[in-house]
Amino acid sequence: MISGVANTRVGEIAGSSCMSLHEEAARAALDDAGLQWSDIDGVLCAYSLAEPHPMLASAFCEFVGIHPNVCTALQSGGTTACIMVMLAESLVATGQCRHVLCVTGDNRATGMSRDGAVAALAEFGHGQFERPYGIGIPPAYGLVAQRYLHEYGATLEQLAAIAVEHRRHAARHPDAHKREPISLDDVMRSRVISSPLRLLDCCLVSDGGAAVIVSAADAGRDTRAPLKVLGMGQGHTHEHIVAAPSLTDFGCKQSSQRAFAQAGLTPADIDVAQIYDSFTITLLVELESMGFFERGQAGVAALAGELGLGGKLPCNTHGGLLSFGHSGAAGGMFHIVEAVRQLRGEADVRQVKDAQTAFVHGDGGILSAHCSLILGRS
Amino acid sequence: MTPAKPLPKPTAETLPFWQAAAQGKLFFQRCTACARAQFPPANHCPACGNRALQWQESAANGSIHSHTTVHRAPTAAFKDDVPYVIALIDLDEGFRMMMNWRGSDPASVRIGDRVSVVFEANASPWPLPQAVPVPAQ
Repeated sequence: MISGVANTRVGEIAGSSCMSLHEEAARAALDDAGLQWSDIDGVLCAYSLAEPHPMLASAFCEFVGIHPNVCTALQSGGTTACIMVMLAESLVATGQCRHVLCVTGDNRATGMSRDGAVAALAEFGHGQFERPYGIGIPPAYGLVAQRYLHEYGATLEQLAAIAVEHRRHAARHPDAHKREPISLDDVMRSRVISSPLRLLDCCLVSDGGAAVIVSAADAGRDTRAPLKVLGMGQGHTHEHIVAAPSLTDFGCKQSSQRAFAQAGLTPADIDVAQIYDSFTITLLVELESMGFFERGQAGVAALAGELGLGGKLPCNTHGGLLSFGHSGAAGGMFHIVEAVRQLRGEADVRQVKDAQTAFVHGDGGILSAHCSLILGRS
Repeated sequence: MTPAKPLPKPTAETLPFWQAAAQGKLFFQRCTACARAQFPPANHCPACGNRALQWQESAANGSIHSHTTVHRAPTAAFKDDVPYVIALIDLDEGFRMMMNWRGSDPASVRIGDRVSVVFEANASPWPLPQAVPVPAQ
Protein backbone atom coordinates (compact mmCIF):
# COMPACT_ATOMS: atom_id res chain seq x y z
CA MET A 1 0.00 0.00 0.00
CA ILE A 2 1.02 3.60 -0.45
CA SER A 3 1.87 5.07 2.95
CA GLY A 4 3.48 8.41 2.19
CA VAL A 5 3.67 10.94 -0.65
CA ALA A 6 5.24 14.34 -1.24
CA ASN A 7 6.23 16.82 -3.89
CA THR A 8 8.70 19.68 -3.59
CA ARG A 9 8.01 23.14 -4.91
CA VAL A 10 7.97 23.00 -8.71
CA GLY A 11 9.21 25.54 -11.24
CA GLU A 12 12.49 27.41 -11.36
CA ILE A 13 13.97 26.68 -7.96
CA ALA A 14 17.20 28.65 -7.55
CA GLY A 15 19.86 26.73 -5.66
CA SER A 16 18.26 23.34 -6.20
CA SER A 17 20.24 20.29 -7.28
CA CYS A 18 19.17 16.85 -8.42
CA MET A 19 20.12 15.38 -5.03
CA SER A 20 18.65 18.19 -2.92
CA LEU A 21 15.29 17.73 -4.68
CA HIS A 22 15.48 13.99 -4.01
CA GLU A 23 16.30 14.56 -0.34
CA GLU A 24 13.61 17.20 0.13
CA ALA A 25 10.92 15.02 -1.45
CA ALA A 26 11.99 11.91 0.49
CA ARG A 27 12.06 13.71 3.83
CA ALA A 28 8.59 15.18 3.22
CA ALA A 29 7.19 11.76 2.24
CA LEU A 30 8.63 10.23 5.43
CA ASP A 31 6.94 12.97 7.46
CA ASP A 32 3.72 12.39 5.54
CA ALA A 33 3.80 8.67 6.37
CA GLY A 34 5.01 9.11 9.94
CA LEU A 35 8.20 7.13 9.25
CA GLN A 36 11.93 7.65 9.91
CA TRP A 37 14.89 7.27 7.54
CA SER A 38 15.78 4.11 9.50
CA ASP A 39 12.43 2.52 8.58
CA ILE A 40 13.34 2.54 4.88
CA ASP A 41 14.75 -0.83 3.74
CA GLY A 42 14.24 -0.42 0.01
CA VAL A 43 15.09 2.47 -2.35
CA LEU A 44 14.11 2.91 -5.98
CA CYS A 45 15.30 5.96 -7.94
CA ALA A 46 14.91 6.94 -11.59
CA TYR A 47 17.31 9.11 -13.62
CA SER A 48 18.42 12.71 -14.08
CA LEU A 49 19.17 14.64 -17.26
CA ALA A 50 20.61 17.68 -15.48
CA GLU A 51 23.03 15.70 -13.29
CA PRO A 52 23.15 12.25 -14.89
CA HIS A 53 24.66 9.40 -12.88
CA PRO A 54 24.86 5.75 -13.98
CA MET A 55 23.99 4.60 -10.41
CA LEU A 56 21.62 7.29 -9.20
CA ALA A 57 20.00 5.21 -6.43
CA SER A 58 23.37 4.35 -4.86
CA ALA A 59 24.44 7.99 -5.14
CA PHE A 60 21.20 9.05 -3.43
CA CYS A 61 21.61 6.58 -0.54
CA GLU A 62 25.19 7.78 -0.03
CA PHE A 63 23.96 11.41 -0.07
CA VAL A 64 21.33 10.87 2.62
CA GLY A 65 23.31 8.25 4.54
CA ILE A 66 21.06 5.19 4.41
CA HIS A 67 22.01 1.57 3.72
CA PRO A 68 18.89 -0.25 2.49
CA ASN A 69 18.54 -3.98 1.78
CA VAL A 70 17.37 -3.31 -1.77
CA CYS A 71 18.47 -0.38 -3.94
CA THR A 72 18.43 0.26 -7.68
CA ALA A 73 17.54 2.84 -10.33
CA LEU A 74 15.06 2.41 -13.17
CA GLN A 75 14.65 4.06 -16.58
CA SER A 76 11.33 3.93 -18.41
CA GLY A 77 10.91 7.60 -19.23
CA GLY A 78 7.68 9.19 -18.03
CA THR A 79 6.22 5.94 -16.76
CA THR A 80 9.16 5.23 -14.45
CA ALA A 81 7.29 6.49 -11.37
CA CYS A 82 4.32 4.16 -11.93
CA ILE A 83 6.68 1.24 -12.60
CA MET A 84 8.61 2.06 -9.40
CA VAL A 85 5.38 1.71 -7.40
CA MET A 86 4.53 -1.52 -9.21
CA LEU A 87 7.95 -3.02 -8.43
CA ALA A 88 7.87 -1.71 -4.85
CA GLU A 89 4.52 -3.46 -4.38
CA SER A 90 6.23 -6.71 -5.45
CA LEU A 91 9.12 -6.11 -3.04
CA VAL A 92 6.79 -5.68 -0.08
CA ALA A 93 4.40 -8.46 -1.17
CA THR A 94 7.27 -10.97 -1.29
CA GLY A 95 8.57 -9.90 2.11
CA GLN A 96 11.87 -8.55 0.81
CA CYS A 97 11.13 -5.06 2.12
CA ARG A 98 8.77 -3.39 4.63
CA HIS A 99 9.00 0.23 3.44
CA VAL A 100 10.24 1.08 -0.05
CA LEU A 101 11.09 4.70 -0.82
CA CYS A 102 10.45 5.59 -4.48
CA VAL A 103 12.05 8.96 -5.07
CA THR A 104 12.56 11.17 -8.13
CA GLY A 105 13.77 14.66 -8.91
CA ASP A 106 15.58 16.73 -11.50
CA ASN A 107 16.63 20.37 -11.77
CA ARG A 108 15.94 20.61 -15.48
CA ALA A 109 14.89 24.26 -15.51
CA THR A 110 17.78 25.90 -13.68
CA GLY A 111 20.29 23.06 -14.14
CA MET A 112 20.14 22.81 -17.93
CA SER A 113 17.66 25.33 -19.47
CA ARG A 114 14.59 24.53 -21.54
CA ASP A 115 16.62 24.22 -24.78
CA GLY A 116 19.10 21.94 -23.05
CA ALA A 117 16.38 19.65 -21.77
CA VAL A 118 14.66 19.48 -25.17
CA ALA A 119 18.01 18.67 -26.86
CA ALA A 120 18.86 15.95 -24.33
CA LEU A 121 15.43 14.40 -24.88
CA ALA A 122 16.06 14.21 -28.65
CA GLU A 123 18.25 11.20 -27.82
CA PHE A 124 15.08 9.14 -27.42
CA GLY A 125 15.12 9.05 -31.23
CA HIS A 126 16.73 6.21 -33.23
CA GLY A 127 20.37 7.09 -33.86
CA GLN A 128 20.42 6.04 -37.52
CA PHE A 129 16.82 6.20 -38.68
CA GLU A 130 15.26 9.12 -36.79
CA ARG A 131 17.80 11.53 -35.35
CA PRO A 132 19.47 12.42 -38.71
CA TYR A 133 16.04 13.80 -39.73
CA GLY A 134 15.84 16.30 -36.87
CA ILE A 135 13.46 14.36 -34.66
CA GLY A 136 12.84 15.34 -31.05
CA ILE A 137 10.06 14.64 -28.59
CA PRO A 138 7.73 17.44 -29.80
CA PRO A 139 8.01 16.44 -33.52
CA ALA A 140 7.38 12.77 -32.61
CA TYR A 141 4.19 13.73 -30.77
CA GLY A 142 3.36 16.07 -33.67
CA LEU A 143 3.33 12.98 -35.92
CA VAL A 144 0.90 11.28 -33.52
CA ALA A 145 -1.31 14.38 -33.34
CA GLN A 146 -1.46 14.84 -37.12
CA ARG A 147 -2.52 11.22 -37.63
CA TYR A 148 -5.07 11.40 -34.81
CA LEU A 149 -6.68 14.56 -36.24
CA HIS A 150 -6.79 12.87 -39.65
CA GLU A 151 -8.44 9.68 -38.41
CA TYR A 152 -10.97 11.11 -35.96
CA GLY A 153 -11.62 14.64 -37.14
CA ALA A 154 -10.68 16.17 -33.78
CA THR A 155 -10.11 19.92 -33.80
CA LEU A 156 -7.26 22.13 -32.61
CA GLU A 157 -9.81 23.80 -30.34
CA GLN A 158 -10.36 20.47 -28.56
CA LEU A 159 -6.60 20.11 -28.00
CA ALA A 160 -6.50 23.68 -26.71
CA ALA A 161 -9.37 22.94 -24.30
CA ILE A 162 -7.16 20.36 -22.58
CA ALA A 163 -4.41 22.93 -22.01
CA VAL A 164 -6.92 25.49 -20.69
CA GLU A 165 -8.47 22.99 -18.25
CA HIS A 166 -5.05 21.96 -16.93
CA ARG A 167 -4.17 25.57 -16.22
CA ARG A 168 -7.48 25.97 -14.38
CA HIS A 169 -6.59 22.93 -12.26
CA ALA A 170 -3.07 24.24 -11.57
CA ALA A 171 -4.45 27.57 -10.37
CA ARG A 172 -5.92 25.66 -7.41
CA HIS A 173 -2.54 24.14 -6.41
CA PRO A 174 -0.10 26.30 -4.43
CA ASP A 175 2.97 24.35 -5.66
CA ALA A 176 2.20 24.52 -9.41
CA HIS A 177 4.75 25.96 -11.86
CA LYS A 178 2.21 27.90 -13.96
CA ARG A 179 -0.98 29.24 -12.39
CA GLU A 180 -2.07 32.26 -14.44
CA PRO A 181 -5.20 31.46 -16.49
CA ILE A 182 -5.01 30.94 -20.27
CA SER A 183 -7.77 31.00 -22.90
CA LEU A 184 -8.47 28.82 -25.92
CA ASP A 185 -7.28 31.77 -27.98
CA ASP A 186 -3.99 31.97 -26.06
CA VAL A 187 -3.30 28.30 -26.83
CA MET A 188 -4.33 28.48 -30.49
CA ARG A 189 -2.31 31.65 -31.07
CA SER A 190 0.83 30.47 -29.28
CA ARG A 191 3.69 29.78 -31.67
CA VAL A 192 3.87 26.49 -33.54
CA ILE A 193 6.52 24.15 -32.13
CA SER A 194 5.93 21.15 -34.39
CA SER A 195 2.64 21.18 -36.25
CA PRO A 196 -0.09 20.78 -35.21
CA LEU A 197 1.31 21.27 -31.68
CA ARG A 198 1.81 24.79 -30.38
CA LEU A 199 3.77 26.03 -27.39
CA LEU A 200 0.84 25.74 -24.98
CA ASP A 201 0.11 22.19 -26.18
CA CYS A 202 3.50 21.22 -24.71
CA CYS A 203 4.44 20.39 -21.14
CA LEU A 204 6.67 22.60 -19.03
CA VAL A 205 10.33 22.09 -18.12
CA SER A 206 10.60 22.40 -14.34
CA ASP A 207 12.79 21.80 -11.34
CA GLY A 208 11.06 19.54 -8.87
CA GLY A 209 11.03 16.31 -6.94
CA ALA A 210 8.51 13.79 -5.65
CA ALA A 211 8.49 10.72 -3.46
CA VAL A 212 6.12 7.84 -2.77
CA ILE A 213 6.59 5.31 0.02
CA VAL A 214 5.20 1.82 -0.56
CA SER A 215 4.73 -0.29 2.59
CA ALA A 216 3.84 -3.89 3.30
CA ALA A 217 0.15 -4.46 4.08
CA ASP A 218 0.82 -5.07 7.79
CA ALA A 219 3.49 -2.33 8.02
CA GLY A 220 1.14 0.11 6.33
CA ARG A 221 -1.09 0.05 9.42
CA ASP A 222 1.66 1.81 11.40
CA THR A 223 1.53 4.76 9.03
CA ARG A 224 -0.73 7.80 9.00
CA ALA A 225 -3.08 7.25 6.07
CA PRO A 226 -2.24 4.23 3.89
CA LEU A 227 -4.04 3.58 0.62
CA LYS A 228 -4.43 0.33 -1.26
CA VAL A 229 -3.13 -0.26 -4.77
CA LEU A 230 -6.10 -2.15 -6.22
CA GLY A 231 -4.71 -2.85 -9.67
CA MET A 232 -1.48 -2.49 -11.66
CA GLY A 233 -0.50 -3.23 -15.24
CA GLN A 234 2.02 -2.43 -17.94
CA GLY A 235 1.98 -2.36 -21.74
CA HIS A 236 4.95 -2.12 -24.09
CA THR A 237 4.76 -1.94 -27.89
CA HIS A 238 7.85 -0.10 -29.22
CA GLU A 239 10.39 2.57 -28.34
CA HIS A 240 10.88 4.56 -31.55
CA ILE A 241 7.87 6.18 -33.19
CA VAL A 242 9.01 4.82 -36.59
CA ALA A 243 8.40 1.32 -35.15
CA ALA A 244 5.08 2.01 -33.39
CA PRO A 245 2.42 -0.48 -34.56
CA SER A 246 -0.23 2.27 -34.49
CA LEU A 247 -0.27 6.05 -34.06
CA THR A 248 -3.67 6.05 -32.36
CA ASP A 249 -3.65 2.93 -30.16
CA PHE A 250 -0.90 2.30 -27.67
CA GLY A 251 0.29 0.04 -24.83
CA CYS A 252 -1.91 2.03 -22.44
CA LYS A 253 -4.73 -0.17 -23.71
CA GLN A 254 -3.06 -3.33 -22.35
CA SER A 255 -1.72 -1.68 -19.19
CA SER A 256 -5.12 -0.27 -18.21
CA GLN A 257 -6.94 -3.52 -19.06
CA ARG A 258 -4.55 -5.42 -16.79
CA ALA A 259 -4.99 -2.92 -13.96
CA PHE A 260 -8.78 -2.84 -14.27
CA ALA A 261 -8.95 -6.66 -14.39
CA GLN A 262 -6.90 -6.95 -11.20
CA ALA A 263 -9.01 -4.32 -9.45
CA GLY A 264 -12.29 -5.77 -10.69
CA LEU A 265 -13.30 -2.30 -11.89
CA THR A 266 -14.07 -0.53 -15.17
CA PRO A 267 -13.31 3.03 -16.33
CA ALA A 268 -16.87 4.01 -15.28
CA ASP A 269 -15.94 3.24 -11.63
CA ILE A 270 -13.12 5.84 -11.54
CA ASP A 271 -13.81 9.03 -9.56
CA VAL A 272 -10.63 10.91 -10.41
CA ALA A 273 -7.91 10.28 -13.01
CA GLN A 274 -4.28 11.43 -13.15
CA ILE A 275 -3.05 10.58 -16.64
CA TYR A 276 0.25 11.44 -18.31
CA ASP A 277 -0.07 14.64 -20.33
CA SER A 278 3.29 15.48 -21.88
CA PHE A 279 1.31 17.13 -24.68
CA THR A 280 -2.40 17.81 -25.08
CA ILE A 281 -2.52 15.04 -27.70
CA THR A 282 -0.96 12.55 -25.25
CA LEU A 283 -3.93 12.76 -22.91
CA LEU A 284 -6.43 12.74 -25.76
CA VAL A 285 -5.18 9.52 -27.39
CA GLU A 286 -4.66 7.80 -24.05
CA LEU A 287 -8.17 8.60 -22.76
CA GLU A 288 -9.64 6.96 -25.86
CA SER A 289 -7.16 4.11 -26.21
CA MET A 290 -7.88 3.17 -22.57
CA GLY A 291 -11.66 3.30 -23.01
CA PHE A 292 -12.55 6.31 -20.85
CA PHE A 293 -14.18 7.85 -23.93
CA GLU A 294 -15.37 6.58 -27.30
CA ARG A 295 -13.17 7.27 -30.32
CA GLY A 296 -13.20 10.94 -31.24
CA GLN A 297 -15.10 11.88 -28.06
CA ALA A 298 -12.36 12.80 -25.57
CA GLY A 299 -11.77 16.14 -27.26
CA VAL A 300 -15.50 16.87 -27.33
CA ALA A 301 -15.62 16.06 -23.61
CA ALA A 302 -12.62 18.29 -22.90
CA LEU A 303 -14.26 21.20 -24.67
CA ALA A 304 -17.46 20.60 -22.66
CA GLY A 305 -15.50 20.79 -19.39
CA GLU A 306 -15.85 17.09 -18.53
CA LEU A 307 -12.17 16.87 -17.44
CA GLY A 308 -12.62 19.72 -14.97
CA LEU A 309 -13.53 19.71 -11.31
CA GLY A 310 -17.21 18.70 -11.27
CA GLY A 311 -16.95 17.14 -14.75
CA LYS A 312 -17.59 13.54 -15.68
CA LEU A 313 -13.90 12.58 -15.24
CA PRO A 314 -11.90 15.16 -13.27
CA CYS A 315 -8.45 14.65 -14.74
CA ASN A 316 -5.03 15.89 -13.57
CA THR A 317 -6.48 17.98 -10.76
CA HIS A 318 -2.98 19.27 -9.85
CA GLY A 319 -2.53 20.70 -13.37
CA GLY A 320 -0.48 17.86 -14.85
CA LEU A 321 2.75 18.15 -16.80
CA LEU A 322 1.15 20.92 -18.86
CA SER A 323 0.77 23.31 -15.92
CA PHE A 324 1.80 21.81 -12.56
CA GLY A 325 5.21 20.99 -13.97
CA HIS A 326 7.47 18.40 -15.56
CA SER A 327 10.69 17.39 -13.84
CA GLY A 328 11.47 14.14 -15.64
CA ALA A 329 10.52 11.02 -13.70
CA ALA A 330 9.15 13.28 -10.95
CA GLY A 331 6.67 14.63 -13.51
CA GLY A 332 4.98 11.22 -13.68
CA MET A 333 5.18 10.91 -9.90
CA PHE A 334 3.26 14.15 -9.32
CA HIS A 335 0.24 12.31 -10.77
CA ILE A 336 0.53 9.58 -8.10
CA VAL A 337 0.96 12.15 -5.32
CA GLU A 338 -2.18 13.98 -6.42
CA ALA A 339 -4.21 10.76 -6.67
CA VAL A 340 -3.28 9.89 -3.07
CA ARG A 341 -4.21 13.37 -1.83
CA GLN A 342 -7.57 13.15 -3.60
CA LEU A 343 -8.40 9.77 -2.06
CA ARG A 344 -7.39 10.93 1.41
CA GLY A 345 -9.60 14.01 1.05
CA GLU A 346 -6.54 16.25 1.42
CA ALA A 347 -6.80 18.07 -1.91
CA ASP A 348 -8.17 21.29 -0.44
CA VAL A 349 -9.96 23.43 -3.07
CA ARG A 350 -9.09 20.82 -5.72
CA GLN A 351 -10.97 18.07 -3.89
CA VAL A 352 -13.17 15.79 -5.99
CA LYS A 353 -16.12 15.19 -3.69
CA ASP A 354 -16.02 11.79 -1.97
CA ALA A 355 -13.38 10.34 -4.32
CA GLN A 356 -13.08 6.58 -3.64
CA THR A 357 -11.11 5.32 -6.63
CA ALA A 358 -8.31 6.94 -8.59
CA PHE A 359 -6.68 5.91 -11.86
CA VAL A 360 -3.05 6.87 -12.50
CA HIS A 361 -1.21 6.40 -15.75
CA GLY A 362 2.33 7.04 -16.96
CA ASP A 363 3.73 6.93 -20.49
CA GLY A 364 7.41 6.83 -21.39
CA GLY A 365 9.14 7.64 -24.68
CA ILE A 366 6.78 8.28 -27.58
CA LEU A 367 3.75 6.56 -26.05
CA SER A 368 6.12 3.56 -25.89
CA ALA A 369 6.13 2.25 -22.32
CA HIS A 370 2.98 2.34 -20.21
CA CYS A 371 2.04 1.60 -16.63
CA SER A 372 -1.39 2.04 -15.01
CA LEU A 373 -2.24 2.01 -11.30
CA ILE A 374 -5.65 1.97 -9.65
CA LEU A 375 -5.74 3.24 -6.08
CA GLY A 376 -8.57 3.01 -3.60
CA ARG A 377 -9.45 4.05 -0.07
CA SER A 378 -8.36 1.40 2.43
CA MET B 1 29.07 27.82 -35.46
CA THR B 2 26.19 25.42 -35.94
CA PRO B 3 26.91 22.05 -34.30
CA ALA B 4 27.14 19.02 -36.60
CA LYS B 5 23.97 17.04 -37.31
CA PRO B 6 23.72 13.45 -36.13
CA LEU B 7 24.72 11.20 -39.04
CA PRO B 8 24.30 7.45 -39.54
CA LYS B 9 26.82 5.23 -37.77
CA PRO B 10 26.19 1.75 -39.20
CA THR B 11 26.01 -1.24 -36.85
CA ALA B 12 26.37 -4.95 -37.69
CA GLU B 13 22.62 -5.11 -38.41
CA THR B 14 22.41 -1.98 -40.54
CA LEU B 15 25.65 -1.96 -42.57
CA PRO B 16 24.11 -3.68 -45.66
CA PHE B 17 21.36 -1.03 -45.66
CA TRP B 18 23.87 1.83 -45.73
CA GLN B 19 26.12 0.11 -48.27
CA ALA B 20 23.09 -0.18 -50.56
CA ALA B 21 22.18 3.45 -49.86
CA ALA B 22 25.68 4.45 -51.00
CA GLN B 23 24.77 2.83 -54.36
CA GLY B 24 21.43 4.66 -54.50
CA LYS B 25 19.40 1.59 -53.53
CA LEU B 26 16.79 1.34 -50.77
CA PHE B 27 17.14 -1.99 -48.95
CA PHE B 28 14.84 -3.60 -46.41
CA GLN B 29 14.60 -7.07 -44.92
CA ARG B 30 11.93 -9.70 -45.47
CA CYS B 31 11.45 -12.66 -43.14
CA THR B 32 11.97 -15.96 -44.97
CA ALA B 33 9.46 -17.65 -42.63
CA CYS B 34 6.51 -15.26 -42.17
CA ALA B 35 7.22 -12.95 -45.16
CA ARG B 36 6.84 -9.82 -43.05
CA ALA B 37 8.81 -6.77 -44.19
CA GLN B 38 11.18 -5.55 -41.45
CA PHE B 39 12.57 -2.10 -40.80
CA PRO B 40 14.69 -0.91 -39.00
CA PRO B 41 17.13 -3.73 -39.81
CA ALA B 42 17.33 -6.49 -37.22
CA ASN B 43 19.14 -9.81 -36.74
CA HIS B 44 15.89 -11.74 -36.35
CA CYS B 45 12.23 -11.25 -37.17
CA PRO B 46 10.52 -9.48 -34.23
CA ALA B 47 7.18 -10.93 -35.39
CA CYS B 48 8.01 -14.65 -35.53
CA GLY B 49 11.54 -15.01 -34.14
CA ASN B 50 13.01 -16.49 -37.33
CA ARG B 51 16.67 -15.59 -37.71
CA ALA B 52 16.77 -15.78 -41.51
CA LEU B 53 15.99 -12.32 -42.88
CA GLN B 54 16.62 -11.64 -46.54
CA TRP B 55 17.71 -8.27 -47.89
CA GLN B 56 15.53 -7.02 -50.75
CA GLU B 57 15.54 -3.87 -52.81
CA SER B 58 12.51 -1.60 -52.49
CA ALA B 59 11.00 0.17 -55.51
CA ALA B 60 11.37 3.25 -53.29
CA ASN B 61 7.80 4.46 -53.59
CA GLY B 62 5.34 5.02 -50.79
CA SER B 63 2.77 7.25 -49.16
CA ILE B 64 2.71 9.58 -46.20
CA HIS B 65 1.29 8.01 -43.02
CA SER B 66 1.76 11.16 -40.96
CA HIS B 67 3.78 14.37 -41.00
CA THR B 68 4.80 17.31 -38.86
CA THR B 69 6.38 20.63 -39.73
CA VAL B 70 9.09 21.51 -37.23
CA HIS B 71 9.26 25.22 -36.40
CA ARG B 72 11.31 24.94 -33.23
CA ALA B 73 14.42 22.80 -33.78
CA PRO B 74 14.88 20.20 -31.04
CA THR B 75 18.67 20.65 -31.20
CA ALA B 76 20.88 23.52 -32.34
CA ALA B 77 22.11 21.43 -35.31
CA PHE B 78 18.74 21.86 -37.03
CA LYS B 79 18.19 25.52 -36.21
CA ASP B 80 18.99 26.74 -39.74
CA ASP B 81 16.62 24.21 -41.33
CA VAL B 82 13.30 25.33 -39.82
CA PRO B 83 10.62 25.02 -40.94
CA TYR B 84 11.26 21.44 -42.11
CA VAL B 85 8.91 18.50 -42.57
CA ILE B 86 9.37 15.11 -40.90
CA ALA B 87 7.17 12.39 -42.34
CA LEU B 88 6.50 8.74 -41.66
CA ILE B 89 6.51 7.02 -45.05
CA ASP B 90 4.76 3.70 -45.67
CA LEU B 91 6.79 2.06 -48.46
CA ASP B 92 4.80 -0.03 -50.91
CA GLU B 93 6.56 -3.25 -49.81
CA GLY B 94 5.00 -2.90 -46.33
CA PHE B 95 7.60 -1.20 -44.12
CA ARG B 96 7.74 2.25 -42.58
CA MET B 97 10.57 4.79 -42.52
CA MET B 98 11.06 8.31 -41.21
CA MET B 99 12.28 10.87 -43.75
CA ASN B 100 12.29 14.58 -44.41
CA TRP B 101 9.80 15.62 -47.05
CA ARG B 102 11.71 17.56 -49.69
CA GLY B 103 8.92 19.45 -51.47
CA SER B 104 8.59 23.19 -51.79
CA ASP B 105 5.60 24.07 -49.59
CA PRO B 106 5.22 22.38 -46.17
CA ALA B 107 1.61 23.62 -45.95
CA SER B 108 0.71 21.45 -48.96
CA VAL B 109 1.67 18.10 -47.36
CA ARG B 110 -1.26 15.73 -46.80
CA ILE B 111 -1.56 12.27 -45.27
CA GLY B 112 -1.82 9.77 -48.12
CA ASP B 113 0.29 11.83 -50.54
CA ARG B 114 2.57 9.72 -52.75
CA VAL B 115 6.33 10.11 -52.50
CA SER B 116 9.44 8.54 -53.96
CA VAL B 117 12.81 8.16 -52.27
CA VAL B 118 15.98 9.98 -53.21
CA PHE B 119 19.37 9.83 -51.52
CA GLU B 120 20.93 12.97 -50.09
CA ALA B 121 24.67 13.23 -49.56
CA ASN B 122 26.06 14.41 -46.23
CA ALA B 123 29.40 14.57 -44.40
CA SER B 124 29.35 10.79 -43.78
CA PRO B 125 29.87 8.06 -46.44
CA TRP B 126 26.20 7.14 -46.00
CA PRO B 127 23.61 9.19 -47.93
CA LEU B 128 20.24 9.68 -46.24
CA PRO B 129 17.02 8.49 -47.87
CA GLN B 130 14.61 11.41 -48.26
CA ALA B 131 11.06 11.74 -49.62
CA VAL B 132 10.14 13.83 -52.64
CA PRO B 133 6.54 14.38 -53.69
CA VAL B 134 5.17 12.49 -56.69
CA PRO B 135 2.53 14.56 -58.51
CA ALA B 136 -0.95 12.97 -58.48
CA GLN B 137 -1.77 11.22 -61.78
